[in-house]
Amino acid sequence: MKFQGKAYTFGNDVNTDEILPARYLNTSDPAELAAHLMEDADPNFAAKVRPGDIIVAGSNFGCGSSREHAPLAIKTAGVACVVAGSFARIFYRNAFNIGLPILESPEAAAAIKSGQEVEVDAAAGRIRNLTTAASYPVKPIPAFMRELVAAGGLMPWVKQQMEKKKSDHKG
Amino acid sequence: MNRPMTLGEKILARAAGLKFVSPGDIILAKLDLCLGNDITAPLAIKHFYANGGRKVFDRKRVALVPDHFTPNKDIKSAEQAKLLREFAREQKLLYYWDQGSCGIEHALLPEQGVVVPGDLMIGADSHTCTYGALGAFTTGVGSTDLAAAMLIGQAWFKVPPTIKLVFTGKRKADVTAKDMILTAIARLGVDGANYRVLELTGPAISSLSMEGRLTMSNMAIEAGAVTGIIAPDKITRAYAQRRSQRRPRYYQSDPDAKYERVEEFDVSRLEPVVAKPHLPSNVVPVSQARDVVIDQAVIGSCTNGRIEDLREAAKLLKGKKVSPRVRTIIFPATPAIWRQALKEGLLEVFMSSGCVISPPTCGPCLGGHMGVLAKGERAVATTNRNFVGRMGHPESEVYLASAGVAAASAIKGRLALPREVRGKDWKKGVKK
Repeated sequence: MKFQGKAYTFGNDVNTDEILPARYLNTSDPAELAAHLMEDADPNFAAKVRPGDIIVAGSNFGCGSSREHAPLAIKTAGVACVVAGSFARIFYRNAFNIGLPILESPEAAAAIKSGQEVEVDAAAGRIRNLTTAASYPVKPIPAFMRELVAAGGLMPWVKQQMEKKKSDHKG
Repeated sequence: MNRPMTLGEKILARAAGLKFVSPGDIILAKLDLCLGNDITAPLAIKHFYANGGRKVFDRKRVALVPDHFTPNKDIKSAEQAKLLREFAREQKLLYYWDQGSCGIEHALLPEQGVVVPGDLMIGADSHTCTYGALGAFTTGVGSTDLAAAMLIGQAWFKVPPTIKLVFTGKRKADVTAKDMILTAIARLGVDGANYRVLELTGPAISSLSMEGRLTMSNMAIEAGAVTGIIAPDKITRAYAQRRSQRRPRYYQSDPDAKYERVEEFDVSRLEPVVAKPHLPSNVVPVSQARDVVIDQAVIGSCTNGRIEDLREAAKLLKGKKVSPRVRTIIFPATPAIWRQALKEGLLEVFMSSGCVISPPTCGPCLGGHMGVLAKGERAVATTNRNFVGRMGHPESEVYLASAGVAAASAIKGRLALPREVRGKDWKKGVKK
């Protein structure tokens, strides 16, 4: 599981109100949500972010509300993954549950600048800054979690497992 | 041999069918209750059906509270609320409330005895940690976890380490539970308790009413905590006995239970505080922020919308007018609180002083409706978050404070201490 894209950086304690303001939570349509991604942190973000881009942020990313709409909007906008110094607990769980890969690396979070080209190897646990040729350690995403991300989140993964069991049984 | 546990660990162990759990253990546990609201439940209901859901695991253990954008603020919110209503009817849910009986989830559920001491519960709302005040292990999750809970009645947890906060000393007049928890968040930091349980203890917690305790546990998430748990005592039992819809279980931490660390707070040294924009940890004494001019005062929410808060505000507002430049909004958290305020004449006081009274709703707290701020505007609020854009425009500001500080500020038109608006003989009225 490898990603390569342009980095967009944010500071510490980016909360879910900044990622997706509550005023847009009167819908759960992913595309509508994605149109307002990061609006209160950077009003132009949704317009400029491209599929494959990578969000890089400081510590405690995703603190605040439990809205799953926040990671859902990030994923729907095409952001490949989020690298942060650390994540708030509920956001961490929600991100994997909906199939958005996220990685913790305080080193990468401190060094990477907006606009730099970054490569993330989630299985090997390595982040490379292709612009500066620096590399940073990161805890790899374990195989089970990668499988979960590939399936599109916890629910589709559970469904796959159940179907597999069913067909194994028949077979 | 019995190994020592905290009360939170005991609840997790019981729900997982284990004799003992310790931090780091991953467990699958049975839930006593799960909760969703009109923002988070629509996504959960989608997941529920998409994954073959037909019946919830137990119609008496799923609670849906349409409180965020209700009474419906626009067509889209009306559609979301309708989705909840139809799901609740189809599934014959025991715990669903609609306008007239509905209140803010975290005030309504303990008031109605739906969540009880000793429960293990998840809710798709970060302030689900509020019920820790009852001696329950309750925590916020996302919509996917809620969907799974509605399907199978279980959730997995990584047992968190616990930080013990000990509050000692006697509070000075006008120092409230809100000032205590804001002070704790300032010391811990907004991620200081990330993936940890806060256990709130000490004589200054024991002397708090259940309402004050609910205020404190409510804001545990603002330090990143999984929950903010308080050991049950006489006050808890008296509160629970009157209303519990299921049998409560009372757990205590063992004297030799293990804590990651212990932090002490001497509340006798506290004075009323505010959290300045844009983090709940950005706390200063009100006395150092008295030059901050405000456009709006908001008194209510799951943090401070209970009857004690309304009494505290009414005591200061009685016979006075709020500043003509301050829009003052009172939102009692539940219909029962609303009615009680009506009976006690508090609503009359609010009306006479120039406030507007909202139906129970989360409303302005998250910038939904009923008091959204324009660009450059500033509010003092008894709510729980002051993030960028939380109450409206990204360039508006929120200062978090107690009901007394919010009421005094509404009168003065700037951040103010309750004593600034009292008559000279105010001390006569203060309980010893």
